[in-house]
Amino acid sequence: MDNEILKLEHVTKKYPGVVALDDVSIGFREGEVHAIAGENGAGKSTLIKIITGAVEATSGSLFYNGQELRNNTPEKTLNMGIAAIYQEFNLFPALTIAENIFHGRYPKKHGMIDRKTMMQEADKILQDLGINIKASEQVKNLSVGYQQLVEIAKSVTRDVKVLIMDEPSAPLTEVEVGHLFEIVERLKKRGVTIIYISHRLEEIFTICDRVSVFRDGKYIQTMDVSDTNVNELICIMVNRELGQQYPAKDYTKGEKVLEIRDLCTDLLDHVSLEAYRGEILGLAGLVGAGRTETARALFGADRYKQGEILINGESVRINSPSEGISHGIGLIPEDRKKEGLVLKLPIRHNISFAHLNAIKRGGIINMEKDREASERYIGQLAIKTPSCEQLAGQLSGGNQQKVVLAKWLFRDSDILIFDEPTRGIDVGAKQEIYRLMVDLVRQGKVLIMISSEMPELIGMSDRILVMHNGKVMGELQKEEFSQERILTLASGIEEDYSGENAG
Amino acid sequence: MKKHKIDLSRFGVIIAWIILIIVFAINNPAFLRSSNIFTILRQASIVGVCSVGMTFVILTGGMDLSVGSVIGVGCVGGAQMLSSGVPIPVAVLVILLMGAAAGTFNALMINQLGIAPIIMTLGTMTAMRGIAYLLCGGFAVYGIPESYKVIGQGYLGPIPVPVIIMAICFAFGWFILNRLNFGREIYGIGGNVEASRLTGVNVKKTIFKVYALAGTLYALAGLMLMARVNSGQPSSGEGYEMDVITGVVLGGVSINGGEGSILGVVVGVLLMSTLTNGMVLMDISEFWQKFVKGVVLILAVSLDRIVQKSKEKAV
Repeated sequence: MDNEILKLEHVTKKYPGVVALDDVSIGFREGEVHAIAGENGAGKSTLIKIITGAVEATSGSLFYNGQELRNNTPEKTLNMGIAAIYQEFNLFPALTIAENIFHGRYPKKHGMIDRKTMMQEADKILQDLGINIKASEQVKNLSVGYQQLVEIAKSVTRDVKVLIMDEPSAPLTEVEVGHLFEIVERLKKRGVTIIYISHRLEEIFTICDRVSVFRDGKYIQTMDVSDTNVNELICIMVNRELGQQYPAKDYTKGEKVLEIRDLCTDLLDHVSLEAYRGEILGLAGLVGAGRTETARALFGADRYKQGEILINGESVRINSPSEGISHGIGLIPEDRKKEGLVLKLPIRHNISFAHLNAIKRGGIINMEKDREASERYIGQLAIKTPSCEQLAGQLSGGNQQKVVLAKWLFRDSDILIFDEPTRGIDVGAKQEIYRLMVDLVRQGKVLIMISSEMPELIGMSDRILVMHNGKVMGELQKEEFSQERILTLASGIEEDYSGENAG
Repeated sequence: MKKHKIDLSRFGVIIAWIILIIVFAINNPAFLRSSNIFTILRQASIVGVCSVGMTFVILTGGMDLSVGSVIGVGCVGGAQMLSSGVPIPVAVLVILLMGAAAGTFNALMINQLGIAPIIMTLGTMTAMRGIAYLLCGGFAVYGIPESYKVIGQGYLGPIPVPVIIMAICFAFGWFILNRLNFGREIYGIGGNVEASRLTGVNVKKTIFKVYALAGTLYALAGLMLMARVNSGQPSSGEGYEMDVITGVVLGGVSINGGEGSILGVVVGVLLMSTLTNGMVLMDISEFWQKFVKGVVLILAVSLDRIVQKSKEKAV
């Protein structure tokens, strides 16, 4: 094989009861951006851990620059030029960017840290990467996106040869993703090999050269990105014909349930919208356009300054989530781990949490009723778990999302707001979520969906409102949907949307 | 689905406790006599009552250092009222309300100003101790009516009254945590405040209730201590915060909140009391006792961690 910098041969990793990697052989070429694709549980994280030395393979061997690596540790691999950036950052929030970059090997002068040189060098590194911030800034003041970039800067200074990026774009805004891609390009030009893991398949086609597919711990195949397409990739990943990616919509639009008139907050500027039964209303826009803010104000998570909310024609004032909930609104938040679930508590506890009065008997919580309720939804939504006592934190992303949904279904919420419902969820689970959403519409629920994934938004919505800078820029009916149209509106190029005549 | 798994993570402390009992029993057969067992329980009772309140607080992710000083004010204030002829029920009620008020004040500052609970209650701890001394001018208050002593020294059949009070408090704590919305909210807030809020929990209200309830329980402990020592000592309850926190943490309540159970705390509290009693019977000097208690805390918690880690690996 031509100049493979890193090679795995017949690598197997067994955990008690599970084979996480099954006889995997794979090679990475020098200076390529190599994507690893696969559903959750396909073995991607185990692969990374074996390469970095975080875990030891049960059998098989690992070659780096033609040399076999034995008794690997993360420290050893790092010194040899293999670095990984994980979803959870390893940064010190209270220290400056420069200190983070040079942590553990500060430039010294007379035995003391030479702050001046350190700052200068750090600034230079940031500049080289095209990152426009000062190295003296404290990391805690940076957005998640910039923190990510600091992580990259950190590994770059170590003269890495192989950089592993695990879901680097997941927390980033679109602008930041653009930045990330630029940096990936720069690194590639320097001859760095990048192993890129992402659930967002479009990204693979944007920046990767080759893609390797894993399934159930097995290596399936490697393809040149130019020789394949998203659909084929998905088919190989899930090994089944997915057919229609979005479920058929056999429902019809019903009566108006929700109306928002001139909602204003610090970030929202006279937002008005209507939502109907038998319809999925999509909210499009770039990050910061005000979609999540609209949802949160409606739900009662944030206060609104002015405006009116009508539910079933009745004007209501919503000041707190509990008021929103009692008006039949349920929010499936963007960040389910932080806002949707109590990870330390069992599924059971999470599902009944919004409706504790329903699991009571004689004023006292009844464990039987609690368990029954959870098990009903575990069955209905096909939540994969050994029992309802499983901690929510131990579930996969898709199943966690289902638990959040179950919480609102048990509360019998009428208006469901899905904020980025499939973020970080693998392809198979995504389709399940789509199917559940369509089922809910069929059952007469009112659905509002916020999504930054354009295909998903277009595929799932029946009507789309496009927002920009806290304002509603336009409304598109199903037949008018197009990526270009949405993007133009979302970037604020077109004039304000004024009333009904924009259809 | 009737299979109830035993929670292995609590084994460490239970094993430590059993080992202690065996060691002490071998060393001195008097240790296992029923009169001594009741002594252990009675000695545990005051810390036990407080530990229920502390468990609530720590489960929400908070901390309450004011416990010992609330006991102190309860002791002195209660003794003063009783010795000046205030009827027992009135005095008891006033002291319990005082405890609730102290807790409410803590919660108010924590909620409205966002002061860290450990700092806020450090302040009330110091200020309340001052109040205890100011109330009595630094002198112990005597003259408590005979009939009141029942709370601290009486027996119901063979069982000391304080032990019964402790048992009721534990049962009450278990009931709240497992059978009421309030309990679910406590676990929810400790596990994830924001998710709980977005699930409709009124976080501030719950925090208020938790600290007020905890304060009330500390005041109750103060009333028990006053009956036990038959006087109102301004220094009473000093250092109790450490005993109470030790018991709760030994019992497996996570200092980060959201994890732990009353049953664990019962074991934690009893273990500490067993240890003290056994060492006294063995005639171990008080200096060594302190040292050993600290070591036991570290050992028991380490054992827990080891069991938990091996459990995580097995998953």
